[in-house]
Amino acid sequence: MSPTTVLDPTGERHAAQRALTERPATLESLTVGLLDISKARGDVFLDHIGQRLDERGIETRRYTKPTFTKPAPIDLRHEISQQCDVIIEALAD
Amino acid sequence: MRPVLPDGIVAVVKHDCPTCVLVAPVLGQLDSGTVALTVYSQDDPSFPGSVHAVVDDTSLEVSYHHGIETVPTLIRVDAGEEVDRTVGWDRARWEDFTGIDDLGAGLPEYRPGCGSLSVDPARVDELRARFEAGGLRSRRVAIGELEDELEALFDRGWTDGLPVVPPTEGRVLRMLEGTTRDPGDVVAVVPPDLVDCTVEKVAINAVMAGCRPEYLPMVIAAVEAACTDEFNMHGLLATTYFSGPVVIVNGPLSRAIGMNSGTNAFGQGNRANATIGRALQLVVRNVGGGVPGGIDRATLGNPGKYTFCFAEDEDGSPWESLAVERGFPPEASTVTLFAGEGVRGVVDQLSREPESLARTYASCLRSVAHPKLPLAFDALLAVTPEHGRVFGEAGWSKARLRQELDALLLLDPDEIERGTAGMAEGVPPVFAGLQLPKFRPGGLQLVHVGGSAGLFSAIIGGWVSGDAGSQPVTLEVKP
Repeated sequence: MSPTTVLDPTGERHAAQRALTERPATLESLTVGLLDISKARGDVFLDHIGQRLDERGIETRRYTKPTFTKPAPIDLRHEISQQCDVIIEALAD
Repeated sequence: MRPVLPDGIVAVVKHDCPTCVLVAPVLGQLDSGTVALTVYSQDDPSFPGSVHAVVDDTSLEVSYHHGIETVPTLIRVDAGEEVDRTVGWDRARWEDFTGIDDLGAGLPEYRPGCGSLSVDPARVDELRARFEAGGLRSRRVAIGELEDELEALFDRGWTDGLPVVPPTEGRVLRMLEGTTRDPGDVVAVVPPDLVDCTVEKVAINAVMAGCRPEYLPMVIAAVEAACTDEFNMHGLLATTYFSGPVVIVNGPLSRAIGMNSGTNAFGQGNRANATIGRALQLVVRNVGGGVPGGIDRATLGNPGKYTFCFAEDEDGSPWESLAVERGFPPEASTVTLFAGEGVRGVVDQLSREPESLARTYASCLRSVAHPKLPLAFDALLAVTPEHGRVFGEAGWSKARLRQELDALLLLDPDEIERGTAGMAEGVPPVFAGLQLPKFRPGGLQLVHVGGSAGLFSAIIGGWVSGDAGSQPVTLEVKP
């Protein structure tokens, strides 16, 4: 039997290898975004992180996704990217 | 490329056809006359011997591209375009066609032709692949000579854990016969990778799922519905919750393709039910890149995430169908996507009054997700024929049942606040004193489905409801 040729069922995305953004050595003089995805008790976690950063004199900004079930709206992503150097996201409940 | 036919009269014949053999002298008569005749032979370039130059069409390229279904076929061609065609042998028609009298002296007046080799069921898939595969744009993946072809598809991560049908060019082209849409049309942008999904990609995954071509329009509609913002396939995939897309089919097409709306409608054994739901899941997996453990974070999932598709029993229903209730005419065929978890049984073998049965439903519906959680999750109530009859005989419309359920499902504040009944789960004290409905407006769907025996119904719990999560989406199935 001759070898079978099939059609690729995937989206054929050639994901070019992308390196992670380099991690900062220190949070000194950086603005840290705190993103609440609206999942239960994520706010508790972020409150705690925010308080700890505050004690160290690091500037934080708080953001909230309208719902955890959908990706963040593009405007929110843009806002965070413009206003913050790093972001901490409370992901789980 | 479709070959251009020479001007004049073209005849397509095969030696294996008694009618073609019968008319061979007539073709010889035309060939030696003033008519510009070109004869294509499908199986024997030396036939008919009565004609000087026979064109070899044993590749069937001319026959295939010019839609020859019967031999002999006569075609009149003017400036490269077909202007007339006749099939079989009909003396009067041939004389009229050629403008020559006294054709085929001694032959009977009429003989039907034979089937063209280009439409021979044993060859047509191979021909379609040979002549039309160039129109397919997907990457070709050659399975190695030493690979088992089914294992190779597992190895590439293209299956849901069960074997799939290898999507060869021939099978995909046959699948595409099920729709009038162009293979390159974009059906939807499929999450999570947000990839443009063409009709061709849907067809490939439908082949793999085991669909027949006539199911393809439903798979296309299901993919389109799943990928709307309202249905929110991305969130449904990513959630830790149990739910996945449930496909409910309404209208005449569901019956035409033999879908199961009766005995064991949610179970195994019906090809259309099984493969339409599976094809949708394969599209999300393969085209969208939604893989369990990747973006799919379900804690437990449910077996319906392999496939969950059924038709509503409309003929036996005391009520208008789900699709009609959602604004479509009864003659429309539709798919409705619902973000559903597993099936939970509702047993009531004693109620003969609708009031009593409605209370049973309300009592069981209250337990969706948690008896103390209002407004958070949708549900689908599947009413079976034996239960449906209780409402039908009492003259209860679907709207009446909804109205009763709405009243019965107003949850008492004392029972749902956090901490009551010794359970931490519940609503925060801020809602104290408020009666809250179990379901948001429009959050409960009712369908009539199931076998004729059994005083049971079923609840399929939903997922995060409304704008924050998923809303049911109904689309008409287009050819």
